[in-house]
Amino acid sequence: MKIFNRSLVVLLFLILYLPIGVLVVNSFNASRYGHSWKGFSLQWYEKLWHNEALMQAFFNSLTIATLAATIATILGTLMALAIYRYRFRFKAMATGMLFVVMMSPDIVLAITFLVIFLAVGITLGFWSLLIAHITFCLPFVVITVYAQLKDFDPNLLEAAQDLGASESRILLRIILPLVLQAVVAGWLLSFTLSLDDVIISSFVTGPGYEILPIRIFSMVKVGVSPEVNALAALLLALSLLLVTIATLLTRNKAKS
Amino acid sequence: MLRPAIIILTLGWLGLFVLAPHLLVVLTSLMTPHPQHLGTYPFTLDAYVQLLDPLYASVLLDSLGLAALTTLICLLLGYPFAYTIAGLSTRWRALLLFLLIVPFWTNSLIRTYAIKLILGNKGLINGSLMNLGLIDQPLQLLYTPFAVVFGLVYILFPFFVLPLVSSFDKLDPGLLEAANDLGASRWQRFRHVVLPLTMPGVIAGSLIVFLPAMGMFYVADLLGGAKNLLLGNVIKNQFLLVRDWPFGAALSVTLILLMAGLLLLYAWSNRRIHRRGGLDDENL
Repeated sequence: MKIFNRSLVVLLFLILYLPIGVLVVNSFNASRYGHSWKGFSLQWYEKLWHNEALMQAFFNSLTIATLAATIATILGTLMALAIYRYRFRFKAMATGMLFVVMMSPDIVLAITFLVIFLAVGITLGFWSLLIAHITFCLPFVVITVYAQLKDFDPNLLEAAQDLGASESRILLRIILPLVLQAVVAGWLLSFTLSLDDVIISSFVTGPGYEILPIRIFSMVKVGVSPEVNALAALLLALSLLLVTIATLLTRNKAKS
Repeated sequence: MLRPAIIILTLGWLGLFVLAPHLLVVLTSLMTPHPQHLGTYPFTLDAYVQLLDPLYASVLLDSLGLAALTTLICLLLGYPFAYTIAGLSTRWRALLLFLLIVPFWTNSLIRTYAIKLILGNKGLINGSLMNLGLIDQPLQLLYTPFAVVFGLVYILFPFFVLPLVSSFDKLDPGLLEAANDLGASRWQRFRHVVLPLTMPGVIAGSLIVFLPAMGMFYVADLLGGAKNLLLGNVIKNQFLLVRDWPFGAALSVTLILLMAGLLLLYAWSNRRIHRRGGLDDENL
């Protein structure tokens, strides 16, 4: 049983990594199709560099991911704080809404975003993408930051209050330094979530602002595009770097 | 000054971009289609009646079937997988969980495309088999329901395993020892202790896999060919191509109701464990 289970784990990991491995290897393969090795080549990277539409979409995606992650982190940290520290009307509704965003399938969220943008009259493009990405990243930031807020001693805050510290001073001088690690982890998680999204972006994107998943989707739908392999290898390296940073951060947290 | 500002920001953002849109979708699903607007008066249940149309009902059923199959495969592979990982030493466990998360943080569209490279007529599998002379004609792997299920399992598997590993972690080894001391066999320990206690993890994992599986239109588009295999494809077409928004909205309300039902099931299974103090004593 033990041997069977362990072989299953090894086999599943092989299957999990096989497609990714094929992508990376093929990004250096002179052959257009993946089944034979025709020698090492950087031609797909060169093609990628000269594919202006793809590079522009890549740049746009990085812009949206950076902005969305930053704004979602600020908003999410404030929300976690409000839920942890304040009592207010409709608080249960606010936590309920965050839960809904986290649990809803992407396709449902995508439609709710599209419907509100059409109703309010926001043109589909940069702003609609940004707002949607901020919103679907929010609950993950709130959860990460809230988990850390819950861990520390509330007496610390009461003491500061008794000593006459203002609310903004408490936030900046006491709470922020204590949750900084969770804030950074929340940013990294949001950044990857934003880069990974396909479904929501497909609905709220507009002709004026094309981002990566939409561009890649139209390229690979018809056939094989080796410059996508090169881009995939670059994105993989980026994700790997970010995941490693996030893991190291959370590991330090576990130690302290 | 700061406090009310934070509260207003929280409620304002969630109200405008989460609550209002959800209400608007429900409202839209009850309207009459209109080419320019979301919908028009009078209010009607037509969109829901249209769901019962054999054409759409069959897509809905197919989609439920593919999602159920995906969940079942995740369960059959994921349960022993999570069980094994949970039983490893802390170092190995951390490493394997890390390896599980890495691909899950890589763009899933790119991973779907990678599967296409492997299953295609000139892909890795067919190419290798033909080079070895085992087949003359490429096998039709791509553009089949098999390819779609493979893609869905591939992308959703880590989501299934993670909650399951944490529910194995919560399992108190003392309970297993107690069962052992009381003379329970291996199978009895599994059936009456391990299985009921990891049930919330199984349901959480299924919930995370089942609903998104129905929505992943790009997996069906890339691996299943130009067929409306998943509910997500129909929703996307109704919204972006046909522009029958009330019908698209009715489809997503259906998904929301399904989600609510499954969440209630999850809450119920959690409560059940609590009430029974963790043991399935009725059958012991």
